Amino acid sequence: MKMKGARILLECLKQEGVEVIFGFPGGAVIDIYHELPNYPIKHYLVRHEQAAVHAADGYSRATGKVGVVLVTSGPGATNTVTGIATAYMDSIPLVVFTGQVPRMLIGNDAFQEVDIVGITRPCTKHNYLVKDLSQLPRIIKEAFYIAKSGRPGPVLVDLPKDIMASVIKPEYPKSVHLRSYNPHYQPNLKQVKKALELILNAKRPLIFAGGGVIASSAHEELTWLARELKIPVTATLMGLGSFPGNDPLWLGMLGMHGTYVANMAVNHADVILAVGVRFDDRVTGRVDTFAPSAKIIHVDIDPTSIRKNVQVDIPIVADCKEALMTLKNELITIKKKKDISDNYESWRDKITAWNEAHPLTYVKSDEVIKPQFVIEKLYELTGGDAIITTEVGQNQMWAAQHFRYLRPRTLLSSGGLGTMGYGFPAAIGAQIAYPDKLVVDIAGDGSIQMNIQELATAVWYNLPVKIIILNNSYLGMVRQWQELFYNRNYSSTHLEYNPDFVKIAEAYGAEGYRATKPDEVEDVLKRALSSEKTCVVEMVIEKEENVYPMVPAGASLSEMLLV
Amino acid sequence: MRHTLSVLVEDEPGVLSRVAGLFSGRGFNIESLNVAPTLEKGTSLMTIVTEGDEQIIEQIIKQLRKLITVIKVVDMNTVRTVEREMILIKVNAQNSSRAEILRIVDIFRCKVVDVSIAEMTIEATGNTEKLSALISLLQKFGIKEIARTGIVAMKRSMQLI
Ligand SMILES: Cc1ncc(C[n+]2csc(CCOP(=O)(O)OP(=O)(O)O)c2C)c(N)n1
Ligand SMILES: [Mg+2]
Repeated sequence: MKMKGARILLECLKQEGVEVIFGFPGGAVIDIYHELPNYPIKHYLVRHEQAAVHAADGYSRATGKVGVVLVTSGPGATNTVTGIATAYMDSIPLVVFTGQVPRMLIGNDAFQEVDIVGITRPCTKHNYLVKDLSQLPRIIKEAFYIAKSGRPGPVLVDLPKDIMASVIKPEYPKSVHLRSYNPHYQPNLKQVKKALELILNAKRPLIFAGGGVIASSAHEELTWLARELKIPVTATLMGLGSFPGNDPLWLGMLGMHGTYVANMAVNHADVILAVGVRFDDRVTGRVDTFAPSAKIIHVDIDPTSIRKNVQVDIPIVADCKEALMTLKNELITIKKKKDISDNYESWRDKITAWNEAHPLTYVKSDEVIKPQFVIEKLYELTGGDAIITTEVGQNQMWAAQHFRYLRPRTLLSSGGLGTMGYGFPAAIGAQIAYPDKLVVDIAGDGSIQMNIQELATAVWYNLPVKIIILNNSYLGMVRQWQELFYNRNYSSTHLEYNPDFVKIAEAYGAEGYRATKPDEVEDVLKRALSSEKTCVVEMVIEKEENVYPMVPAGASLSEMLLV
Repeated sequence: MRHTLSVLVEDEPGVLSRVAGLFSGRGFNIESLNVAPTLEKGTSLMTIVTEGDEQIIEQIIKQLRKLITVIKVVDMNTVRTVEREMILIKVNAQNSSRAEILRIVDIFRCKVVDVSIAEMTIEATGNTEKLSALISLLQKFGIKEIARTGIVAMKRSMQLI
């Protein structure tokens, strides 16, 4: 049967199991929007295309599914770029469909024409311009396959308008054939055996988990291994939730705002098992002094991650889950033959001592609300049973430090790109994926204003997302750097004028709450958390509170500024 | 160190810009780049000469392999190869210097492909060393213009001793 391009597209999405699309219409995609209501795919209309991508990203991080976006050509397409780059840096699988001007106009500077394939080439895993309708089913199948396989990432498909309006008899491919793309999942057994031997002979081993553990659902294997051998665990921001944050072996996050104990452990470890990490500069500090006495085992599915920033002793290119399962099986086999004694006790004692010497802490106050106190209360009230998203800045770091993430996919945060404005639309995506879960965006007064228009989306779709604005009237993280490293020259970081966030909430039809004193925090939180509506909770916090510990940029992890 | 990379790619629009963008975006350098179709329909071969220490070359190769449209990457420094480049040199050639230029052309087994009253254009093929030697010998006459293809390389056949 002959079919219009727009319908073939939607048919393909149906076949891929797409249930949800985030988007915003325009001239170049009007044919697609015309057909959309006839399909069992729920479309969420956002108020800005950047938010559509972040929402799809949040949906994907919360579920592991591919997030799907549909926008128009030109400005619709360029508005997605920040969202795409955000997903690319954190390896989040998305397929973004952009409208394009009709083929005969491409290259003519037509109305709302932009070379989005050219623009997004460096921030997508791959992208396509569809030039022939007969290729559309193959391209879509490839796009989804590429997005979710190997190291996941965003894929963009550019759809000229005339293709969406023309008609052919489609042929749907059953499988994908890409001779130039074959991700490598299975670990090399020899390397795994070497790694295990190194770990068993270690005196001061450390497990260091990253986003790859969550992407490959390797958290159970990781947790098993750590508990079985009683090895302490630290993680990157992206890895939070890959190991239970309330386990005695948990050290907290490492890196620039990592805990004292985690950074000291890295500094003194003799073997580090790094799983699904990429040794970002926010994690390593000064790279030539990173883990000076450790042999490093590095498991990652992306060969380019290995030896990019640090030298590695045992590289294992594999899916994190496959690698850890193999490691587990090897360990079980060894255990059948001989007893493995616990050799790491004195190492753990040392770790306990570090932790007691400098636990994660802050100066408490009865007069003014401390942001850390708000996060602690939130953890207490939820028991950790929530999906937390964050904006970027101090709010993000406090959320990473003071909330305990017990399960994977419970912290959604822009790690690699550090995108202000990410958290709220991501929370919308997560709430759509899990209507019955509590979803909270921990926000800053600066960041929230970058996508605050999405209150309309949240209210319209009855999404009970909670936004907690830690309002310090500053672009706090930048101010903190100015205070510490730029002679307190608060150039352009004081948000002397902020809107009335409660009134904004109300104007959009959401509920607004405000706390200005510590003793109001719990009550306000309780009211918001028990509400079935979209809520904005403004916490008027200490203006010049800093995030500690802090390793200054370019310093070694051992050079921490403490509270 | 200088490395010559043979990169087999799917011949589709944008592939050159993917490869070039990878180099510029990650701060790798391209000394020369040559692209042309291969025997197999739908594929092209790029020969890229680049420069970097071991770790950088390893990253370049891995990053190239990561591109979806790249089928195969061979570091030609790890195999025995034949490497050639073609060059066109337009040189000043007054009456007085013609004979000497022609002698050089002869020694280097190049060809004169264009002549006018005051200039000569020479076509030469060879490896990098030979071409640099030729250029330096011609320099004293005054080189007006140079155009070069960039290196192409091929693995040597198994040699019967
Ligand atoms: C889109 C974007 N622009 C600029 C920055 C740089 N930046 C990083 S943190 C920060 C301050 C954020 O302020 P706010 O949201 O109030 O958070 P706070 O640090 O005060 O908690 C800025 C401007 C960024 N990360 N993202
Ligand atoms: Mg702020």
